[in-house]
Amino acid sequence: MKIRAQIAMVLNLDKCIGCHTCSITCKNVWTSREGVEYAWFNNVETKPGIGYPKDWENQKKWNGGWTRKADGSIEPKIGAKWRVLANIFANPDLPEIDDYYEPFTFDYEHLQKAPELEAFPTARPRSLITGERMEKIEGGPNWEEILGGEFSKRSADYNFEGVQKQMYGEFENTFMMYLPRLCEHCLNPACVASCPSGAIYKREEDGVVLIDQDKCRGWRMCVSGCPYKKIYYNWSSGKSEKCILCYPRLEAGQPTVCSETCVGRIRYLGVILYDADRIEAAASEKDEKKLYQAQLKVFLDPNDPAVIAQARADGVPDAWLEAAKRSPVWKMAMDWKIAFPLHPEYRTLPMVWYVPPLSPIQSAAEAGKMGMDGAMPDVRSLRIPLRYLANLLTAGDERPVALGLERMLAMRAYMRSKTIDGVIDEKIAAQVGMTPAEIEEMYQIMAIANYEDRFVIPTAHRESSEDALELRGSCGFSFGNGCSGGETPVNLFGGPKKPSVKTPMEVE
Amino acid sequence: MADYVNHLLFGWYPYLCLTVFLLGSWVRFDREQYTWRSGSSQLLRRKQLMWGSNLFHVGILVIFLGHCVGLLTPIAIFDALGISHSFKQMLAIVVGGTAGLMCLVGIVLLTHRRLTDPRIRATSSFSDIAILLILFAQLLLGLSTIFVSLGHLDGHEMVKFMNWAQGVLTLQTDAWLNVSDVSPIFKLHLVLGMTIFLLFPFTRLVHIWSAPVWYFGRQGYQIVRSRKTLPAGE
Repeated sequence: MKIRAQIAMVLNLDKCIGCHTCSITCKNVWTSREGVEYAWFNNVETKPGIGYPKDWENQKKWNGGWTRKADGSIEPKIGAKWRVLANIFANPDLPEIDDYYEPFTFDYEHLQKAPELEAFPTARPRSLITGERMEKIEGGPNWEEILGGEFSKRSADYNFEGVQKQMYGEFENTFMMYLPRLCEHCLNPACVASCPSGAIYKREEDGVVLIDQDKCRGWRMCVSGCPYKKIYYNWSSGKSEKCILCYPRLEAGQPTVCSETCVGRIRYLGVILYDADRIEAAASEKDEKKLYQAQLKVFLDPNDPAVIAQARADGVPDAWLEAAKRSPVWKMAMDWKIAFPLHPEYRTLPMVWYVPPLSPIQSAAEAGKMGMDGAMPDVRSLRIPLRYLANLLTAGDERPVALGLERMLAMRAYMRSKTIDGVIDEKIAAQVGMTPAEIEEMYQIMAIANYEDRFVIPTAHRESSEDALELRGSCGFSFGNGCSGGETPVNLFGGPKKPSVKTPMEVE
Repeated sequence: MADYVNHLLFGWYPYLCLTVFLLGSWVRFDREQYTWRSGSSQLLRRKQLMWGSNLFHVGILVIFLGHCVGLLTPIAIFDALGISHSFKQMLAIVVGGTAGLMCLVGIVLLTHRRLTDPRIRATSSFSDIAILLILFAQLLLGLSTIFVSLGHLDGHEMVKFMNWAQGVLTLQTDAWLNVSDVSPIFKLHLVLGMTIFLLFPFTRLVHIWSAPVWYFGRQGYQIVRSRKTLPAGE
């Protein structure tokens, strides 16, 4: 047993209103630079839909994640090491920027500077790559917002696998959900495995997966390796970039920018202890549907004295062990089993988990389309959303998702009965295998969702590895070369490229 | 005068180029790793790159390794193995010619793409375009030496280049005499070739140093970095 700690995230999709505040604040902080205009470390997709980049979940097309070989071992789906190197000159599995979208801006300046015209001046789009006029914008980071576009296109959604086509058409108007996505900071990251330079690594102390910008050579295999398409190639710097889980904030005990600014308070951050020695076995599980259960077995109970003793021996600080006991992520994923990994079938053991939304069930219940089980809608009678969510969260295993949904419905029924009727209905709790106390705690964390309950983040213990006195007066966090802060001034080896687009914009 | 130019170009210039090549690469690696990259533009345009890049790279790798082995292996080794000079020259012409044609098709595709595709053109630096055109010119020169070589198939000329290259690397001050009387096509090819070494550290070519062959030697797949392995501030 080798115990390590990770800051994991849970997103309660039941409360996501699709406001994109997380995406925008993240963008403003991390990717408002040349080369990554098209990149969204955090984006919010409307489901059902093919998402961003287009059809990212279709691994028959992109070959992301891992594949299990006949001998029971796993290797990246893009191929063994020799294959990765053979494809290094031209990567057959790399998306083109049009699979994301061509980044653009508008000629805003024209609105102020236009001479007197017959028609109102307009701000027309301009490509952020070529600087040329774009007559038509063909795509964007959120092209399917609130079920935009035709259902026939959106229904190419990979998660409809195993659902009869004519049946899900009926749900077109009732079934919609938002899916905020970021790097999963996996336990078994395929990006790390597919990086020929060895530039990508997982941090031992908090599990954050990072790309060493100095070591990255731009072979761009990680972009293909990552099944979530959450590594972006910066065409300007020639390096790949990804979500860094705002590690400078985490180290100071603060939540990530996306979590901090989430107006729906749907995001949770907490410590998960895991056994690094069990990762390979879990990721190699034969039956895809059992991968979710296999990952649960990698996590370790923070209240188990044996685990605590071993974690101490492995160097996990005491403050982290205390935080692990109060971790909202542990409670939702392990105690209540209402949070699930995104696409466990990719075998990456992702660490950003999701509480499935009740909205499709709720709207169907209100429309009288489903059976009732006492006071609660009968989740299992609603085949299509259940199957869809299971394809999304448990590789198609419907039972855990159904139980999770039932527990959330039970929480609502229990609390309604308590606050409206003034009756403690223990039967409701028992029906879903929980105690009233558990339901009350679930309510406190999920519905009230106080800041200190959502974010239980121990600070980094850097004193164990470096001498703070030596850091005094140094540059702290910076992009790129040492203290240069990402700015590469003209020097012996050439200067930075001229931005292809000038501001203020010139207008034909 | 001709002797002076020959001495300068084939006696002194190689050392200038090699020094800048090695020191420049070292300084850039040490100081500016963030700029050390392959500079792929595949994300922006896939078209013409799949064929172009593969043909170009495979071709140029064969040519490069062929030059290394052909020029730097002492002729005595070939003699000991019983490989005649004329056979070695034919081998060089056939293998180099084939790889050269592959490389030519590739570089034509890549150059067309870089110069005409608006996305690639707009995002190319001066050095990206310049080094591509220089490599193109060098490839054409190299291919045209084949026609000169076909005029004398006894391998005698080839041995001159071997003696020159080995002489330069073993610090023989009169190495330049070996190539003072070869065809101007060869001389141009040599000078441009040395110039590529000179420019190497200032262009994207540095990614050649980083060919990730160590990937094969990586134990398993995962990499975990620990802070604790750092010296604990003693």
